[in-house]
Amino acid sequence: MNGLLIRSLDRGATIFLVIVAAVGILVPALNLLLPPDSPFHVPTYLVALFGKYVCYALLALSIDLIWGYCGILSLGHGAFFALGGYAMGMYLMRQIGSRGVYANPILPDFMVFLNYKELPFFWYGFQSFPYALLMVVLVPGLLAFVFGWFAFRSRVTGVYLSIITQAMTFALMLGFFRNNFGFGGNNGLTDFKDILGFNVQAQGTRAALFAASCAALAIGFIICRAVVTSKFGKVLIAIRDAESRTRFLGYRVESYKLFVFTLSACMAGVAGALYVPQVGIINPGEFAPGNSIEAVIWVAVGGRGTLTGAVLGAVLVNYAKTTFTSGTLVPFWVFGVVAIAALAAVVMNVASKRDALNGAAAGLAIAFMAALLLLIPQMSASATLAPVLSNWPFLVAILFVLVAMGMSWHPWPLGAVFGALTLAFFSTPFATVALAPYWLFALGGLFVIVTLLMPRGIVGTIEYLWSERRARRDSAAAESAATVARPAE
Amino acid sequence: MNAMDTRTTTAQLYLDGISVSFDGFRALNNLSLAVEPGEMRAIIGPNGAGKTTMMDVITGKTRPDEGDAVFEGNSDLTRLDETEIARLGIGRKFQKPTVFEMHSVEDNILLALKDDRSARAALLWRESAEQSRRINTLLDTIRLTSARHRLAGSLSHGQKQWLEIGMLLAQEPKLLLVDEPVAGMTDAETHQTAELLKEINRDKTVIVVEHDMTFVRELGVKVTCLHEGSVLAEGSIDQVSANERVVEVYLGR
Repeated sequence: MNGLLIRSLDRGATIFLVIVAAVGILVPALNLLLPPDSPFHVPTYLVALFGKYVCYALLALSIDLIWGYCGILSLGHGAFFALGGYAMGMYLMRQIGSRGVYANPILPDFMVFLNYKELPFFWYGFQSFPYALLMVVLVPGLLAFVFGWFAFRSRVTGVYLSIITQAMTFALMLGFFRNNFGFGGNNGLTDFKDILGFNVQAQGTRAALFAASCAALAIGFIICRAVVTSKFGKVLIAIRDAESRTRFLGYRVESYKLFVFTLSACMAGVAGALYVPQVGIINPGEFAPGNSIEAVIWVAVGGRGTLTGAVLGAVLVNYAKTTFTSGTLVPFWVFGVVAIAALAAVVMNVASKRDALNGAAAGLAIAFMAALLLLIPQMSASATLAPVLSNWPFLVAILFVLVAMGMSWHPWPLGAVFGALTLAFFSTPFATVALAPYWLFALGGLFVIVTLLMPRGIVGTIEYLWSERRARRDSAAAESAATVARPAE
Repeated sequence: MNAMDTRTTTAQLYLDGISVSFDGFRALNNLSLAVEPGEMRAIIGPNGAGKTTMMDVITGKTRPDEGDAVFEGNSDLTRLDETEIARLGIGRKFQKPTVFEMHSVEDNILLALKDDRSARAALLWRESAEQSRRINTLLDTIRLTSARHRLAGSLSHGQKQWLEIGMLLAQEPKLLLVDEPVAGMTDAETHQTAELLKEINRDKTVIVVEHDMTFVRELGVKVTCLHEGSVLAEGSIDQVSANERVVEVYLGR
């Protein structure tokens, strides 16, 4: 067991766990211990918001485990998340008891409203917290097991598997929308009062839920690391890269896939269960296919097959979504991320080709941007240009994107056209209330940009550049050692 | 034609009357072949003769429309899938080298190493001294010791071929199916590969599919020539290359 921990926790993994632990302790502490007027005070609404991100991060981690390491692209993982959420929601509903609008001690409000005479059998036992916790893991796990058993035995892979997972979540959504399904239909489950006797709205409960989410994320991460660093993980990667070859070596591919798929679904269920008390509602909308696809994008942006990248991607994209759709100012950092991605792509492109034309173009682009950076402060003194130019990081980001697109794409006019479209899109009014309806376009655009310019994702690209650098340093060291050795001969 | 009962055959591998059709195209047509334990057999034949399809039938990738495929006189290969057949002890090297490119050379061998293949065993797996010794020996045999930590994807074509042979050895199969092992190799490498295969053949049955006639001659074993999905000629290399039909369809004048 000790050996297993040492093997699964390399330096990066340890740093990650330390960060999660620090956040898990600091955020609740800054919320509970500091007075509200302290500059370091974290307001309770932010604790709940960050808690939501942490749950999404756990969902992303579960997707990365199967997609990044085993090549199973599930476009229905939101279903497992939502099932875990419903299991927790059912517990929370039973806790309301006679405090509901209709004051029925047994039946939740929606059942009274829909003329239920008695509690449906599948609601039995949910008044018990341990039972609900068991269901949180068991229900998604069982569905994944049955689904996976059929799919993997029939060797459904690739895009076909993605489509049927999508169909699965869609079917569940339609089912849960029905009133006679017994889960509150359209409205879902809400009006939660307390969890384990504590008020779900209370500051202390929120802080505890946040800490619990961080703990779940850390445990999930350790489980994933233990799996991917074992021989099992090596087999998973082998399946991802050459499935039939793995069969010819005598591995029962479907057992491996089934295990990892079920494990991943259980993790998604836990994420959903922690999510529901923090957002205060679960409804069939959580099964929407779009949600599952969004979760896949988080993983792609952060870098699949890295685990830490999935978590980073989930937090970054959701933070972007919040700022984008909640009416605060234009989030410069989104463009910053895009710009860094684009610039990294340009640098990598030039570095890999070492082509004179590319080199010259990159040089020109960098010179142009440098000039712009120097000029902007002076130009912004002019009254007409000031409002636009005060947003200079935004402009610079767009220029980066344009140049990167033009240079990395062949034929280049395609890249330029795409870049111009991006420019036109982001030039729409700066107030984000106006941008809110475009969030999905922005998300789609982000996905396209990541796929084309940075297929490894953020963490994947950093790891790649790092290993490249190390390889170069090693070969340089070997070379200089050789030149030193030669005169002695 | 062959009176031998399939259940009592002494052959390591026994194919009888195998036919396979793809959309009306008969890839294998009543193919019969018996390979004795400890034998090395070379299979030659023009493109489309059914050599790779035959390998697919033996390894369970393709189900024959009719015919029997029996391994060691008691295992009916037509009823088993790839995993089960691999576990019986039939190893395969593909025509195009297929190694796990994102794994290191060492891990490729490790994955192939004969061991419990169950998911549970893989989760709880720890390298034993015996296994690491075996990996070292195999890496020596295929001359990749210095490249053990490199990604398999970064190896040269010839090195990948050798790595795949190493993986085949690590499986410790009873029967090795080797599809075009010297394609894309230099003359020296071809020679080394022939030596290696002869070495392997000391305690294992080997079936080699190859186009390179110098290589086949160097192996010096019984040759079967396939044509249009069935056996055209069988015998020593001299007999087969003297056969008029073989000359006509395959070797050329």
